[in-house]
Amino acid sequence: MKRRALTTKLIRDLLHLRAPLIAIAIVMACGVGGLVMTRTTSESLRASLDAYYDRYRFADLFLSLKRAPEAIRPEIAAVPGVAQIETRVSIGVTLDVPGVIEPAVGRIISIPDDRQPSLHRLFLRNGRLPDPDRHGEVVVSEAFAEALGIGPGDTIDAVINGTRETLRITATALSPEFVYAIQPGGFVPDDKRFAVFWMPHRQLAPLYDMEGAFNDLIVKLSPGAREQAVIDGIDALLDPYGGTGAYARDEQISHLFISDELAQLRTMGTVMPSVFLFVSALLVNIVLARLIRTQREQIAVLRSFGYTRLQIGSHYLAMAVVVAVVGALLGLVFGAVLGKFMLALYVKFYRFPIVLFEFGASAAAVAIAATTAAAVLGAIHAVAGAMRLPPAEAMRPEPPGRYHASFIDRIGLLRRLSPSTKMFLRHVERRPLRAMVSIVGMSLSISILTMGTYVSDAIDYLIEYQFVSTQRYDLSLGFTEPRAGASVFEVAALPGVIDAEPYRAVPVRIHHNHLSERQSIIGVQRGATLERIIDDRGEPIVVPPTGLVLTESLASQLKAGPGDTVTVEVLEGQRPVVECRVEALARTYIGSAAYMSIDALHGVMREGDVASGVHLTFDSAETAPLYRRIKDTPQIASTTVKRASLDSFEETLAESILIMRSFNLAFACVIAVGVVYNSTRIALAERARELATLRVLGLYKGEIAAIFYGELALLMLMAIPIGLTCGYYFALTMSALMSTETHRIPFMLTPQTMAFALAVVLAAAIVTALDTRRQLDDLDLIAVLKDAS
Amino acid sequence: MTKVYGRGPSAVHALRGVDLDLYPGEFVVMLGPSGSGKSTLLNILGGLDVPTSGSVHYRDHNLTDNSDTALTRYRREHVGFVFQFYNLIPSLTARENVELVTDIARDPMPALDALDLVRLRPRADHFPSQLSGGEQQRVAIARAIAKRPEVLLCDEPTGALDAETGIAVLEAIARINEELATTACIITHNAVIAQMADRVIRLSNGQIAGVERNTHRVAASELAW
Repeated sequence: MKRRALTTKLIRDLLHLRAPLIAIAIVMACGVGGLVMTRTTSESLRASLDAYYDRYRFADLFLSLKRAPEAIRPEIAAVPGVAQIETRVSIGVTLDVPGVIEPAVGRIISIPDDRQPSLHRLFLRNGRLPDPDRHGEVVVSEAFAEALGIGPGDTIDAVINGTRETLRITATALSPEFVYAIQPGGFVPDDKRFAVFWMPHRQLAPLYDMEGAFNDLIVKLSPGAREQAVIDGIDALLDPYGGTGAYARDEQISHLFISDELAQLRTMGTVMPSVFLFVSALLVNIVLARLIRTQREQIAVLRSFGYTRLQIGSHYLAMAVVVAVVGALLGLVFGAVLGKFMLALYVKFYRFPIVLFEFGASAAAVAIAATTAAAVLGAIHAVAGAMRLPPAEAMRPEPPGRYHASFIDRIGLLRRLSPSTKMFLRHVERRPLRAMVSIVGMSLSISILTMGTYVSDAIDYLIEYQFVSTQRYDLSLGFTEPRAGASVFEVAALPGVIDAEPYRAVPVRIHHNHLSERQSIIGVQRGATLERIIDDRGEPIVVPPTGLVLTESLASQLKAGPGDTVTVEVLEGQRPVVECRVEALARTYIGSAAYMSIDALHGVMREGDVASGVHLTFDSAETAPLYRRIKDTPQIASTTVKRASLDSFEETLAESILIMRSFNLAFACVIAVGVVYNSTRIALAERARELATLRVLGLYKGEIAAIFYGELALLMLMAIPIGLTCGYYFALTMSALMSTETHRIPFMLTPQTMAFALAVVLAAAIVTALDTRRQLDDLDLIAVLKDAS
Repeated sequence: MTKVYGRGPSAVHALRGVDLDLYPGEFVVMLGPSGSGKSTLLNILGGLDVPTSGSVHYRDHNLTDNSDTALTRYRREHVGFVFQFYNLIPSLTARENVELVTDIARDPMPALDALDLVRLRPRADHFPSQLSGGEQQRVAIARAIAKRPEVLLCDEPTGALDAETGIAVLEAIARINEELATTACIITHNAVIAQMADRVIRLSNGQIAGVERNTHRVAASELAW
């Protein structure tokens, strides 16, 4: 079939305008790519997770308790809504890992003697389940095995309930319970220092005096069961056995982290693409409006030949749609590739037996629709103008710009300015929309850059806050059982210890009105210096003699503030229930907690001077002997080495933040160049005649360049404060949107970040200026004498 | 001099050996049909273009081997241009359009005086879109002469105007020529205008086809077409 002439014109126009159109398509591709990337990643993670949970029977409810007899199992199973249960022994151990000087910690969980557990089934990567009759055989978590380069046949020493045991590895495995495996109190995985072991019940129970008993319960609900009712039923049964309150998946630590991550991905995948599509709509508007202005005569001729308004309209709209489709396709490929890359990055931290790659097909559909809509919206104004042009009027060139004395003229502000400055100011005044589009574009690139880079400021601040301002200890030890306060002196007597402060941690459920949260109350000494509580102004809070200090996050979950009274239901010991006044709020970025004076907490617990653990500082020269003693101390269940947590924190985050930052940098550059390049090119095309006239009248190349780029610079100058202000609010919003239950991103914007954003945008402007300078120098002076305007 | 655009078989010979002197204070009209080379000649005289061979001298400057900067300086200091389509800056008022030139000239007249010479002082604060075509062209003339140029080059100054307005524009050019002793050179294909010149140069096919000297210069107001 012969190609229609109008189609040929469309193709030629597209080719002619390829540079600005490609710039627009790339901006669109970034938006679509960002959307597809985040959706592909999150849908793949979600699909992998669902499949994993389903096949390996991830439980719905979780409960830890002190000790309950197996005989109670039938009663638990009989609670309405319970489909399946698994009772386990789960204990914390200290490990002596060859080649790692810090004490590592582990968790040993019992499995049925001759079979896979019915819930939380293990995915064995290699090896076999342990023989229940052989002492010390265990399955080990894959992450730990990989980090240490150990596998089946290797051994590792652990201190279990005060006895040093040698564990022999029979297999490495994954469990849906530890997709994201972090040690208690941790924030990022530290694979070298945290291990999970599974051991047959027959072997583990005697080590911990748990024969015929269990201290951990996992429950699968039957379809349609009411979660809260089951929780209440189970709690009623197990509270007498020291149950610390059953909780659902949304409080299970591994699941919580993944859910938060998925939520963040969703936020990222919505905010960024929207900005890009907005910018591309602006650009389509600029380019098409310009094209239509220059093609007035052509439109008139076409109309006089009998082409309808609709045909003219769809001709120009088709141009926008072609660009959108090209941009969307580019973005799909780009997004799929990046999605795969991101997914690979994620599965370093989130461990799945199989990773399902789910291309975000629905996202792709949304992306194509959104891109086309953005292009059409951007084009509609210009196209409508083209459709409205009556042929006779269109035949004449566009009438000279109608300028008039402006308000600023009338009050005499312009009188002293040079004609070229007046030219610029009146341009802006006459076509404020066009100037605004450029300003908005430039501001957006500045703000995206600000938003993209502030995260590293925020993380620096967070590290400083968390690891320097609040946690001032070097090492934190957790006891297997609360111990008499005198044990603090024993710890203080360990080699190299400079300072030691006890703390008490008690599991509680805090109620306020109809809201409740499972939490720990941390009892700290008044005047404690090793773990400081800090308020929103950065001032240390001295714990009040009575009452609670809540972290802001906990306060907001409970909708409680200073002065409110909350009900504290203790979940251990005699399980007292008391009313407490909230005295102050503390700011934390990682986790949440409630604090109380350790003496007041003893009062609540009706107990003497006991501690759950000790924070300490030590002389680094004594590190090796200190660690050796700790590894051999049976009463120590957990050890947090601040240096090690900080290292793994930085290591884990550094990579992902670097990647995020590079993405943002690339994206913002695309926007900056896309906007600056297009608006400069168009300004040049529109002003070529004026500038050439000035050249004929005797202005040097440098003088007209100063006029032309001076305008660009002025627009940029106007964009800077707007961009920085928007960047500030973008970053603030981002901080709020990215805040999850597990962590919050502090809002922190340094002058360096702002300077960096400005530098990048200025660089984009300079590159564009260099590119157009040649055209400016080669203006055709003779043509202007002959052409009608 | 000669001027050739392009090369090889597609070369266009715009000027084929033109030899010409222009004198101070002279009023010259160059006549010729489209494609006769008159615009090319005017562009070379104005320092917008250089000949392919031969040379152009203004007083003791050789314009032929000059750099772009030197040509710009020549235009800035000595030449006033008037274009067929006025080429006013739409965002500047009449006075400001004139100031565009007086700001960079060495010894300009006040912008309002220049507008006086073209009888447009009362319209000084109007923008181009508020002026008629003839008024716009007179602003262009005021802009061209405000620097007191030695040479005033006009490319079809009445081409876009009706006869009555065109005559008003020509009167303005004639007055500048007389009062400021500026060499005026008008190119046109309108033979009637030739009657007001000291000298009429006819161009045809890139060559000077004839030079006539008018014994009697007809005032612009007496012209009719």
